[in-house]
Amino acid sequence: MSETIGYIMISIGVLFDILGCVGLVRLPDVYNRLQAATKCVTLGTSVILLGAAVIAFGRGLDAFAIKALICTIFVLITSPTGAHALARGAHKSGVPLWEGSVIDEYKETEENKS
Amino acid sequence: MNGLMSIFIWALAGSSFLCLYRIAMGPTPPDRTVSIDILGTLVVGFCAFMSLITGKDFYMNIGLSWALLSFIGTIALAKFLERRSFDE
Repeated sequence: MSETIGYIMISIGVLFDILGCVGLVRLPDVYNRLQAATKCVTLGTSVILLGAAVIAFGRGLDAFAIKALICTIFVLITSPTGAHALARGAHKSGVPLWEGSVIDEYKETEENKS
Repeated sequence: MNGLMSIFIWALAGSSFLCLYRIAMGPTPPDRTVSIDILGTLVVGFCAFMSLITGKDFYMNIGLSWALLSFIGTIALAKFLERRSFDE
Protein backbone atom coordinates (compact mmCIF):
# COMPACT_ATOMS: atom_id res chain seq x y z
CA MET A 1 0.00 0.00 0.00
CA SER A 2 2.69 2.50 0.95
CA GLU A 3 4.73 1.41 -2.09
CA THR A 4 1.81 2.27 -4.40
CA ILE A 5 1.23 5.69 -2.80
CA GLY A 6 4.96 6.43 -2.92
CA TYR A 7 5.33 5.50 -6.57
CA ILE A 8 2.29 7.59 -7.52
CA MET A 9 3.82 10.59 -5.70
CA ILE A 10 7.19 10.04 -7.42
CA SER A 11 5.43 9.90 -10.83
CA ILE A 12 3.72 13.25 -10.15
CA GLY A 13 7.06 14.77 -9.08
CA VAL A 14 8.90 13.53 -12.17
CA LEU A 15 6.12 14.92 -14.38
CA PHE A 16 6.48 18.35 -12.74
CA ASP A 17 10.28 18.20 -13.17
CA ILE A 18 9.97 17.47 -16.89
CA LEU A 19 7.42 20.26 -17.40
CA GLY A 20 9.61 22.74 -15.53
CA CYS A 21 12.66 21.90 -17.63
CA VAL A 22 10.63 22.15 -20.86
CA GLY A 23 9.61 25.62 -19.67
CA LEU A 24 13.27 26.41 -19.02
CA VAL A 25 14.04 25.70 -22.68
CA ARG A 26 10.92 27.06 -24.36
CA LEU A 27 10.15 30.39 -22.64
CA PRO A 28 11.53 33.62 -24.13
CA ASP A 29 12.96 35.54 -21.19
CA VAL A 30 15.16 34.98 -18.15
CA TYR A 31 12.36 36.01 -15.77
CA ASN A 32 9.80 33.72 -17.42
CA ARG A 33 12.30 30.86 -17.36
CA LEU A 34 13.09 31.50 -13.69
CA GLN A 35 9.42 31.54 -12.75
CA ALA A 36 8.47 28.36 -14.64
CA ALA A 37 11.53 26.31 -13.79
CA THR A 38 11.92 27.24 -10.13
CA LYS A 39 8.32 26.66 -9.09
CA CYS A 40 7.84 23.43 -11.05
CA VAL A 41 11.17 21.88 -10.08
CA THR A 42 10.85 22.84 -6.41
CA LEU A 43 7.42 21.20 -6.18
CA GLY A 44 8.54 18.20 -8.22
CA THR A 45 11.62 17.47 -6.15
CA SER A 46 9.70 17.97 -2.89
CA VAL A 47 7.05 15.48 -3.99
CA ILE A 48 9.75 13.00 -5.12
CA LEU A 49 11.41 13.22 -1.70
CA LEU A 50 8.06 12.84 0.11
CA GLY A 51 7.24 9.77 -1.98
CA ALA A 52 10.66 8.31 -1.23
CA ALA A 53 10.02 8.94 2.48
CA VAL A 54 6.65 7.13 2.27
CA ILE A 55 8.26 4.11 0.54
CA ALA A 56 11.11 4.06 3.06
CA PHE A 57 8.71 4.12 6.03
CA GLY A 58 6.89 1.19 4.46
CA ARG A 59 10.14 -0.77 4.05
CA GLY A 60 11.34 0.04 7.57
CA LEU A 61 14.27 2.29 6.54
CA ASP A 62 13.60 4.95 9.17
CA ALA A 63 16.93 6.82 8.84
CA PHE A 64 16.43 7.28 5.10
CA ALA A 65 12.83 8.44 5.60
CA ILE A 66 13.72 11.09 8.18
CA LYS A 67 16.62 12.34 6.06
CA ALA A 68 14.25 12.62 3.08
CA LEU A 69 11.77 14.65 5.17
CA ILE A 70 14.53 17.02 6.36
CA CYS A 71 15.73 17.37 2.77
CA THR A 72 12.15 18.20 1.66
CA ILE A 73 11.89 21.05 4.18
CA PHE A 74 15.35 22.27 3.19
CA VAL A 75 14.55 22.33 -0.55
CA LEU A 76 11.21 24.07 0.12
CA ILE A 77 12.98 26.85 2.08
CA THR A 78 16.16 27.38 0.05
CA SER A 79 15.01 27.09 -3.56
CA PRO A 80 12.58 30.10 -3.57
CA THR A 81 15.16 32.13 -1.64
CA GLY A 82 17.78 31.45 -4.27
CA ALA A 83 15.33 32.24 -7.05
CA HIS A 84 14.43 35.57 -5.43
CA ALA A 85 18.11 36.54 -5.15
CA LEU A 86 18.67 35.49 -8.77
CA ALA A 87 15.76 37.57 -10.08
CA ARG A 88 17.05 40.59 -8.16
CA GLY A 89 20.56 40.05 -9.50
CA ALA A 90 19.34 39.64 -13.07
CA HIS A 91 17.25 42.84 -12.86
CA LYS A 92 20.09 44.83 -11.33
CA SER A 93 22.62 43.56 -13.87
CA GLY A 94 20.43 45.08 -16.59
CA VAL A 95 18.95 42.10 -18.41
CA PRO A 96 16.07 43.51 -20.49
CA LEU A 97 12.53 42.15 -20.22
CA TRP A 98 10.91 40.34 -23.13
CA GLU A 99 9.28 42.83 -25.53
CA GLY A 100 5.85 41.33 -24.85
CA SER A 101 6.02 42.17 -21.13
CA VAL A 102 3.49 44.75 -20.04
CA ILE A 103 4.62 45.87 -16.57
CA ASP A 104 7.86 46.24 -14.59
CA GLU A 105 6.87 47.01 -11.02
CA TYR A 106 10.36 46.63 -9.56
CA LYS A 107 11.70 49.39 -11.83
CA GLU A 108 8.75 51.69 -10.95
CA THR A 109 9.38 51.11 -7.22
CA GLU A 110 13.06 51.93 -7.60
CA GLU A 111 12.23 55.11 -9.53
CA ASN A 112 9.70 56.26 -6.93
CA LYS A 113 12.19 55.63 -4.15
CA SER A 114 14.91 57.83 -5.67
CA MET B 1 9.30 -2.07 -9.83
CA ASN B 2 12.79 -2.01 -11.38
CA GLY B 3 11.47 -1.00 -14.81
CA LEU B 4 9.45 1.83 -13.26
CA MET B 5 12.53 3.18 -11.46
CA SER B 6 14.54 3.09 -14.72
CA ILE B 7 11.75 5.08 -16.42
CA PHE B 8 11.94 7.68 -13.63
CA ILE B 9 15.73 7.90 -13.86
CA TRP B 10 15.64 8.34 -17.63
CA ALA B 11 12.98 11.06 -17.28
CA LEU B 12 15.15 12.97 -14.81
CA ALA B 13 18.14 12.49 -17.10
CA GLY B 14 16.15 14.03 -19.96
CA SER B 15 15.30 17.00 -17.75
CA SER B 16 18.99 17.37 -16.89
CA PHE B 17 19.86 17.39 -20.58
CA LEU B 18 17.33 20.20 -21.15
CA CYS B 19 19.06 22.15 -18.35
CA LEU B 20 22.45 21.47 -19.95
CA TYR B 21 21.10 22.77 -23.28
CA ARG B 22 20.11 26.02 -21.57
CA ILE B 23 23.52 26.24 -19.85
CA ALA B 24 25.26 25.83 -23.20
CA MET B 25 22.99 28.08 -25.29
CA GLY B 26 21.80 30.67 -22.74
CA PRO B 27 22.21 34.16 -24.16
CA THR B 28 22.87 35.95 -20.87
CA PRO B 29 24.73 34.97 -17.65
CA PRO B 30 21.54 34.90 -15.50
CA ASP B 31 20.09 32.21 -17.78
CA ARG B 32 23.07 29.98 -17.07
CA THR B 33 22.86 30.70 -13.35
CA VAL B 34 19.17 29.73 -13.27
CA SER B 35 19.98 26.49 -15.08
CA ILE B 36 22.77 25.66 -12.62
CA ASP B 37 20.34 26.19 -9.72
CA ILE B 38 17.71 23.94 -11.32
CA LEU B 39 20.31 21.26 -12.08
CA GLY B 40 21.38 21.27 -8.43
CA THR B 41 17.78 20.70 -7.36
CA LEU B 42 17.41 17.81 -9.85
CA VAL B 43 20.50 16.08 -8.44
CA VAL B 44 18.75 15.86 -5.04
CA GLY B 45 16.00 13.84 -6.75
CA PHE B 46 18.66 11.58 -8.30
CA CYS B 47 20.10 10.98 -4.83
CA ALA B 48 16.66 9.95 -3.52
CA PHE B 49 16.29 7.51 -6.44
CA MET B 50 19.73 5.99 -5.85
CA SER B 51 18.92 5.57 -2.17
CA LEU B 52 15.63 3.83 -3.05
CA ILE B 53 17.32 1.46 -5.53
CA THR B 54 20.25 0.43 -3.37
CA GLY B 55 18.47 0.58 0.01
CA LYS B 56 21.40 2.44 1.58
CA ASP B 57 20.76 5.77 3.29
CA PHE B 58 24.09 7.54 2.78
CA TYR B 59 22.92 8.80 -0.61
CA MET B 60 20.52 11.08 1.26
CA ASN B 61 23.51 12.56 3.14
CA ILE B 62 24.95 13.38 -0.27
CA GLY B 63 21.61 14.92 -1.29
CA LEU B 64 21.40 17.09 1.84
CA SER B 65 24.92 18.46 1.44
CA TRP B 66 24.37 18.92 -2.31
CA ALA B 67 21.26 21.04 -1.63
CA LEU B 68 23.21 23.14 0.88
CA LEU B 69 26.15 23.70 -1.49
CA SER B 70 23.84 24.46 -4.43
CA PHE B 71 22.02 27.09 -2.33
CA ILE B 72 25.29 28.75 -1.28
CA GLY B 73 26.55 28.73 -4.86
CA THR B 74 23.31 30.28 -6.14
CA ILE B 75 23.45 33.06 -3.54
CA ALA B 76 27.10 33.76 -4.39
CA LEU B 77 26.38 33.92 -8.12
CA ALA B 78 23.38 36.21 -7.52
CA LYS B 79 25.56 38.56 -5.47
CA PHE B 80 28.12 38.47 -8.27
CA LEU B 81 25.43 39.35 -10.84
CA GLU B 82 24.33 42.28 -8.66
CA ARG B 83 27.93 43.54 -8.75
CA ARG B 84 28.11 43.89 -4.97
CA SER B 85 30.84 42.79 -2.60
CA PHE B 86 30.37 39.54 -0.69
CA ASP B 87 30.51 40.97 2.84
CA GLU B 88 27.70 43.44 2.36
